[in-house]
Amino acid sequence: MKGMHLPDIRMLLQGASPRSSEMFPELNNLLNTTPDKAEQGKLTLLCDARTDGSFLVHHFLSFYLKANCKVCFVALLQSFSHYNIVAQKLGVSLAAARERGQLVFLEGLKSSVDVFFQAQEDPHPLQFLREASAGNLQPLYEFVREALTPADNGAAAWRCPVLLVDDLSVLLSLGMGAVAVLDFVHYCRATVCCELKGNMVALVHDSGDAEDEENNTLLIGLSHQSHLILRTEGLATGFCKDVHGQLRILWRRPSQSTARRDRSLTFQYKIQDKNVSFFARGMSPAIL
Amino acid sequence: MAAVATCGAGAGGTESMAAATSKSNVTSFQRRGPRARGTDSGGPRLVSIAGTRPSVRNGQLLVSTGLPALDQLLGGGLAVGTVLLVEEDKYSIYSPLLFKYFLAEGIINGHTLLVASAKEDPADILQELPAPLLDDSCKKEFDEDVCNKKPESDIKMKIAWRYQLSPKMEVGPVTSSRFGHYYDVSKRIPRELIETSKWHGFFLPEKMSSADKVECCSLTPGYMKLLHFIQNIIYEEGFDGSNPQKKQRNILRIGIQSLGLPLWGDDVCCSENCDSSHSLSKFLYILRGLLRTSLSACIITMPTHLIQNKAIIARVTNLSDTVVALESFVGSERETNPLYKDYHGLIHIRQIPRLNNLICDESDVKDLAFKLKRKLFTIEAEWTVRERDREKGLSFVVGSPSNDRHGRCTTLI
Repeated sequence: MKGMHLPDIRMLLQGASPRSSEMFPELNNLLNTTPDKAEQGKLTLLCDARTDGSFLVHHFLSFYLKANCKVCFVALLQSFSHYNIVAQKLGVSLAAARERGQLVFLEGLKSSVDVFFQAQEDPHPLQFLREASAGNLQPLYEFVREALTPADNGAAAWRCPVLLVDDLSVLLSLGMGAVAVLDFVHYCRATVCCELKGNMVALVHDSGDAEDEENNTLLIGLSHQSHLILRTEGLATGFCKDVHGQLRILWRRPSQSTARRDRSLTFQYKIQDKNVSFFARGMSPAIL
Repeated sequence: MAAVATCGAGAGGTESMAAATSKSNVTSFQRRGPRARGTDSGGPRLVSIAGTRPSVRNGQLLVSTGLPALDQLLGGGLAVGTVLLVEEDKYSIYSPLLFKYFLAEGIINGHTLLVASAKEDPADILQELPAPLLDDSCKKEFDEDVCNKKPESDIKMKIAWRYQLSPKMEVGPVTSSRFGHYYDVSKRIPRELIETSKWHGFFLPEKMSSADKVECCSLTPGYMKLLHFIQNIIYEEGFDGSNPQKKQRNILRIGIQSLGLPLWGDDVCCSENCDSSHSLSKFLYILRGLLRTSLSACIITMPTHLIQNKAIIARVTNLSDTVVALESFVGSERETNPLYKDYHGLIHIRQIPRLNNLICDESDVKDLAFKLKRKLFTIEAEWTVRERDREKGLSFVVGSPSNDRHGRCTTLI
């Protein structure tokens, strides 16, 4: 049975179809979820070190849109068209989702220009860009809450609300302290995860040896609150064409004190044009 | 100078420019403040701008950096709407060259330039741009090199056989290319070319002397003024398509020299715990926001070797799109190392953006060295160094792997 990697065995056991055209089917298998049975009330932390973990953001965005959830995407790093074009490769149209009200998209780059060069009458979610000293992220929280709180007519159009942030480290670069960002995450979790029974996914960069204390504080603080941590790392030996990095998945239970160890799995991956393939360490098809 | 040509429209999402022509053949942007790249309106027709070409991978509009070898390393060129950050070498000897190549390429292509500097008058910078190489003279230049290298290229590599098949980095001049030109650094650009070109200069000491009311913000005043200046030019000249009077079909090339120096009023290079530690990263974020919504590309050189707080370098890297670092051998132990005697320094491609895509065009070769010859700045893969020294009987073991290189342990005799 040479060449049978772990993901293939799991697919056989679960009987899931491996040919779905949306998001990354192999990652769904690794995480043991499908859009139909997405969990609720969870905080997922995405973390990347020495590599680019943005493919995980694209995965969760299309995953939750496929799962018929209402998504509020705070996209601070790239433009709308970038996410839209990648999402189309994964089988989801962000423009259509926005039209029908399923997606609320805050485009950080474009909004920052608006708020920076012109004084706004209403408090803008990125109001802190105009402030001289470090403020807080309350306007951003208000924006998220307003976006995800269901309308008063009582009819639940969408499954559960989801907040997606790409990424939190940018907020630190823009002058927010780690405490302010942790407060923001705390408020969002209270509203989105506990009150509205939704999910939250956030990406934080791990600066590694760059001695970024604020970032480390943020990362450690979030790690303790998360239910699921997906950590992508570049290979320690440097660049490789066939293996782009390593993904470590850690399932946690933040509410209970863990006397026993949390479950964790490690895989290596290669990113392709429309998909990411995962394999056990050292089992890359290019090497076998 | 903008050549107007229509290209076939592909699937809606993967087209590169929102400079759409409406059905009645009047060129205009379709809506106020459009995004400069990508479009979700169906079937735009592309207007071809001089000096640009669409990327093979994702239809992104690319401009040349002025160095064809660097264009190839970056996956075809610099994407419009992005920032190229050049980490300066230690004594800032070679990074001004990359800066000048970028600007010279803009002049040759008829792009509008915006040059910002705190230490040199932009008019002086433009006077010192290199002259473009005409096709036959630069062909002669390359022929000289080919003759010199012929003996080496015939030798079969016995141990490093894997490298035999990898492509050479040097790119010969294509005689009829409109994308990417070669320049002669020993000559100055003709004055007529500068006079006919359109450029805006931002010289910080001049701008700071005028007593404008600057709104209090955590940005240093120098950065504030520069941002307002750039935003003004983009709006006034219609690069973002929001000005109904101006229909611009040209690229704005922005060059910011030595950002982060104390001359800008920023103390990020002075101490580790600086007061305005967020000023630089905030500036970059808003600059990138301006670029993303306009037809512009920007090169920034930054003396990162002076920044003592490594966290700031990491943040600045994350907030830039393409990052290239130059490391010159001047004053270092490598200057006398026989390995590197033909080269002036190393060039590291630290980051390439993944735009509209999950993957990017990373070059397989990570060890690149540069050399400033009498007229040309060339980039070569580092293994050619070893090959040349092999026949001279030197023996050495390649050093330990680092994060941005292949791990190697070949011994050549």
